[in-house]
Amino acid sequence: MSSSDAAIVVHDLHLTRGSTRAVDGVSFTVPRGERFGVIGPDGAGKTTLFRMLTTLLVPDRGTAHVLGHDVAGAPWMIRPQLGYMPGRFALYPDLSVAENLAFYADVFDTTVAAGMARIAPIWSQLAPFAARRAGALSGGMKQKLALCCALVHRPTLLVLDEPTTGVDAVSRREFWDLLDTLRGDDLTIIVSTPYMDEASRCDRVALMQAGRFLAVDTPAGISAGFPLPLLALRAADRIGMLSVLRDFPHAVGAWPFGETVHYTDARVGAAPALVLAELREWAGAHGIADLEGEAITAGIEDVFIHRLAEHERAA
Amino acid sequence: MTTPAIETTNLTRRFGDFVAVDAITLSVARGEVFGFLGANGAGKTTAIRMLIGLLAPSDGEATVAGANVRTDPATVRRRIGYMSQRFSLYDDLTVRENVELYGTIYGLSRAEIRSRMTELLERIQLTASRDTLVRQLPLGWKQQLALMVALLHRPEVVFLDEPTGGVDPITRRRFWELIYATAAEGTTVLVTTHYLDEAEYCDRLSIMVDGRIAAMGTPAEVRAQVGVSTLDEVFLTLTRAVAAP
Repeated sequence: MSSSDAAIVVHDLHLTRGSTRAVDGVSFTVPRGERFGVIGPDGAGKTTLFRMLTTLLVPDRGTAHVLGHDVAGAPWMIRPQLGYMPGRFALYPDLSVAENLAFYADVFDTTVAAGMARIAPIWSQLAPFAARRAGALSGGMKQKLALCCALVHRPTLLVLDEPTTGVDAVSRREFWDLLDTLRGDDLTIIVSTPYMDEASRCDRVALMQAGRFLAVDTPAGISAGFPLPLLALRAADRIGMLSVLRDFPHAVGAWPFGETVHYTDARVGAAPALVLAELREWAGAHGIADLEGEAITAGIEDVFIHRLAEHERAA
Repeated sequence: MTTPAIETTNLTRRFGDFVAVDAITLSVARGEVFGFLGANGAGKTTAIRMLIGLLAPSDGEATVAGANVRTDPATVRRRIGYMSQRFSLYDDLTVRENVELYGTIYGLSRAEIRSRMTELLERIQLTASRDTLVRQLPLGWKQQLALMVALLHRPEVVFLDEPTGGVDPITRRRFWELIYATAAEGTTVLVTTHYLDEAEYCDRLSIMVDGRIAAMGTPAEVRAQVGVSTLDEVFLTLTRAVAAP
């Protein structure tokens, strides 16, 4: 894909901050119109990567083209086309909702009226509070305002750095529903999050840890890439069950997942029914008489854990 | 029969006209892992501030670790541990210096601090890094160390406010194994989280909505009360109706 067809083309990007290789050789391409998620824990390098894409930090090595322009060479060609929502609330708390929006429109040399078609689905929920001080809004409403301010100049690329961090489960879902209202236009969205369950709301995702991408694919593709038999298991003694499962000779990992424990077996292609029968026998011999379960398809979190554990074993 | 670790009766806190915590009544048994859930702004933080003796109730009563939060907050604070994402350790001090500092604040003797440090650092396999600056530790280790520091003075109850926010999925689970180990020693744990899979790891939990407790019980009981099959749906059902500006 040539750089003009794609919203973002990144090749072998590096940036060291202090003694940390914050971004350590990342390459990926985001086609125009895609919603691309970067998923990883705090400290994975997500914010550093996004600051390079938004021309706020200059890479040590490698290249990044955003909307056809080199981030290191032509930041002023890129910035007017970017909408950027940083992780922390960055609006003016003493200005009203309407004043904040007008200010952002003005900074980008446009008007709220000109941007209204773009922000209308979100603005309709905010309009009743137009006169309220931004600082007096609830967390959810602040986010909606921040999104409107990032979109009012009709950018072609929206960069959202951890919009849902520290937000409760319901508000997180509502934020993604809000992004859905922006679908169907020529708007590319790149968004970072520490929440694995949000991967399903993206077209494609990258799993990021320690400055590197562990995987880049569609959510379904990432799940399908899980190489080993995976079972969800239940027993009354959930804590006792964990150590018994980890001691099983073919165990790769056993981790709690909500009500169940997800168990990964080392034997590629082993029939899950057979694995389960062996596990029941093993557990029975070690004081867990009520082990039950079934084979499951890996979720993003299973894949992330598996890749992380592989890295830890290699290190 | 032992007294509960935490017991509240109609605990209430008003700020002007606003009722942040509205007559909550709950009881947490000793050694229990209790999940204290709710949407942002539901009143969790205000309730916790009352339970740790930092904010006086407007109404109602609460006893924590045998002391009344209204009449004897200093005793409450001595008998509890507290860890939050925002406040925990000093970045510019080493692991050992942090432990020594908190040990001194809690009034432990030098010998107690030494033996407790050895024990707790071994539990999280951080002994080799005792002279490392906390700033240089990965986030996951920082959070495990913060928990150990909160347990330094052998508190009867420990309050964990979003202890796993932002950490990777393995570290998150290792942290929960530490929580279990803590509870198994008889320490009561009250924990808040935005990860609903973690709510399943609690012995019992409550969900706050608009200052009130909208559901309480074991994870299975709460699912049954609301009539849905996952805690995710429980949370959605109870809190979606409420969308304050």
